[in-house]
Amino acid sequence: MKVSAIITLKKDVLDPQGKVIHQTLDDMGFKNIDEVRQGKYFEIDVKENDPSKAKVIVEDMCKKLLANLVIENYKIIETQ
Amino acid sequence: MKSSVITFPGSNCDRDMDVALKKFGFNNKMVWHNDNELPKSDLVVLPGGFSYGDYLRCGSVASKSKIMNSVINFANSGGLVMGICNGFQILVETGLVPGVLLRNKYLEFICKNVFVKVDNKNNPYFKNLDKEILELHIAHNEGNYFCTDDQLKEIEDNNQIAIYYSNENGQTDDKDNPNGSTKNIAGIFNKQKNVLGMMPHPERMIDKCLSGDDGSLFFKNLFKNIK
Repeated sequence: MKVSAIITLKKDVLDPQGKVIHQTLDDMGFKNIDEVRQGKYFEIDVKENDPSKAKVIVEDMCKKLLANLVIENYKIIETQ
Repeated sequence: MKSSVITFPGSNCDRDMDVALKKFGFNNKMVWHNDNELPKSDLVVLPGGFSYGDYLRCGSVASKSKIMNSVINFANSGGLVMGICNGFQILVETGLVPGVLLRNKYLEFICKNVFVKVDNKNNPYFKNLDKEILELHIAHNEGNYFCTDDQLKEIEDNNQIAIYYSNENGQTDDKDNPNGSTKNIAGIFNKQKNVLGMMPHPERMIDKCLSGDDGSLFFKNLFKNIK
C-alpha cells in the first residue's frame, strides 16, 4: 500500500530557498504571503496491506534516512 | 603509518587525498565503499566530492554504505577518522559528529581560499602545530554548519570546535564567515576528539607552486602526532 511522508524544516532552521521563492512570488504580485518554507514529499509503495503497520514502517524510514531530525520534522500524511 | 581513504560513487577528492597522505609519509590504501572491512589503519579519511550526487541530503546515502559500519566501529573504538568537505557531511549524517551542514546562506557554490583559526590543539590532529591560522581552500554548496542550541552548548562545553573561519589575523567576525555557519564553525570534533569533520581541504594546499603550503604543515604534523 502507498504511504506518503512530508519532510519539513524545523521552525528555527534558515531556509534560504524558501526566502527566494517568497521574494519571487512577491515580485510576481503575490503580496499576501507571510512566509514560504520548502520541504520534501515522498510517496512510498510498501509491501504491506495493513495501514497501521505500513505507517510504522515509513515512520522508521523517516527516522533512519528520509529526515535528519536535527533540522527536519516528518509527517505521515496519507495512506491509500 | 597506515591510512585508508574511502571512495564513494561521486567522490572526487579521494585521489588528491591519496597523493597528500603519501607525500607526507603515510602508507595509504584506497577502500571501496561496498567493502565490508577496513584494512588495518591508523587513520581513515572520508574524502570530498559529491557522493551519490548529493541525493536526498549531502552525505546521507553514503553514510549508509556497507563500509561505514566498519568506519563507525573503528571511530567508536578510538580510531582516527577525518572527514573533509563531503566527508564532513557524511560524518554528520552518521552522527559521529554533532550538527548538520545546510546549504550556504547566500545559495552560492563557494570556491576560494579562506583563513581558519585553529582553536583547539589538545587533540591528535592539531597538537604541536606551529601555526594558529592556516590558509586553506573551500569548495562547497552545503557548508553552513548548524546545530541546536543544546548541541552548541555541549560542543562548547566539551571544546569540540576544531577550527573557525577567520581573517588572516585570526579574528572571527561575521564578514569572515563565507557560508553562514553558526559561530563561524569550519570544523568540529566528536567528544573524544578522535573524529574530525571539516569543510576546508588541506589536501589542496600541499604545493607552494600550485596553491599554498599550509596543508603540508597540517599533514606533516598529523603524521608526527600519529607516529
